[in-house]
Amino acid sequence: MSTTEHSELIDSDTGKLGMWLFLFTELFLFGGLFIVYAVMRSKYAHDFHHAALELNAFVGATNTVVLLVSSMTVAMSLTAIQQKRAGKAMGLLFLTLILAGVFMVNKYFEWGHKIGLHLYPGSDVMKTLPHGEIMFFGLYFMMTGLHALHVIIGGILLTIVIMRIKSGKINSEHYLLQENGALYWHLVDLIWIFLFPLLYLIT
Amino acid sequence: MNNHENHVSSDSANWTVLLILLILTTISILAIKIHLGPFTVALALLLASVKVTIVLTYFMHLKFENVLLRLMVCGVFLLFAVVIAITFIDYYFR
Repeated sequence: MSTTEHSELIDSDTGKLGMWLFLFTELFLFGGLFIVYAVMRSKYAHDFHHAALELNAFVGATNTVVLLVSSMTVAMSLTAIQQKRAGKAMGLLFLTLILAGVFMVNKYFEWGHKIGLHLYPGSDVMKTLPHGEIMFFGLYFMMTGLHALHVIIGGILLTIVIMRIKSGKINSEHYLLQENGALYWHLVDLIWIFLFPLLYLIT
Repeated sequence: MNNHENHVSSDSANWTVLLILLILTTISILAIKIHLGPFTVALALLLASVKVTIVLTYFMHLKFENVLLRLMVCGVFLLFAVVIAITFIDYYFR
């Protein structure tokens, strides 16, 4: 093993370690909101129960399945690049982007429906609701909004990965960016796995 | 060589993981309809934790990473659990 190859190996490991450190900060970003949710839920159990009935569990479940499948396509794409099948890797990433699009369209209709009912922070209807319900919808928009922002950022990241595979910068020997992009996408999935039962299932 | 030692997950392994995750999702949707009182939330969170562990282990390849990284991830989740516990202790005994 030459010196250059050796340093590349270390770079790959540290690059991934750096990504994980970033993911930890993301965990605590959402973790803070989860704690607010937990405390408010124990304080306003009745209001939270009432407000959660407004959410459509079917839409939430659909988006859960969409994200889980997209997580698999990202993982498969990494396998494909490792096996020198760049075309398959790009195809699977493209499929992931389509699934991300489906998720966002679902979210658009879901938010649109809520806003149509004047259930958005600061609306006149919202001001008449009990304090706990205002908290629930505030947290709902904050948490799903922040998550949707991550879906968009993840989509941009994966688009860059596709372009790099196309230009040959990511190949079966050097695929750190794709690994890190995949890790980010899985984090988006991880957060949704907790958001789905907390917001949509538990009433 | 760069990335030479990395584990390559087979497509069939990825499909299996997805299948298990979808089954767990179905279970969590059905389980919510059983009235368990305060344990409903606990059960939902337990199922979510199992799903998250599976994603971390297989999709995020933690099973095949070095010990340092695995310890770090465990440590961070432990830290998070401690933060939640302290918040609730503070909240209930204030």
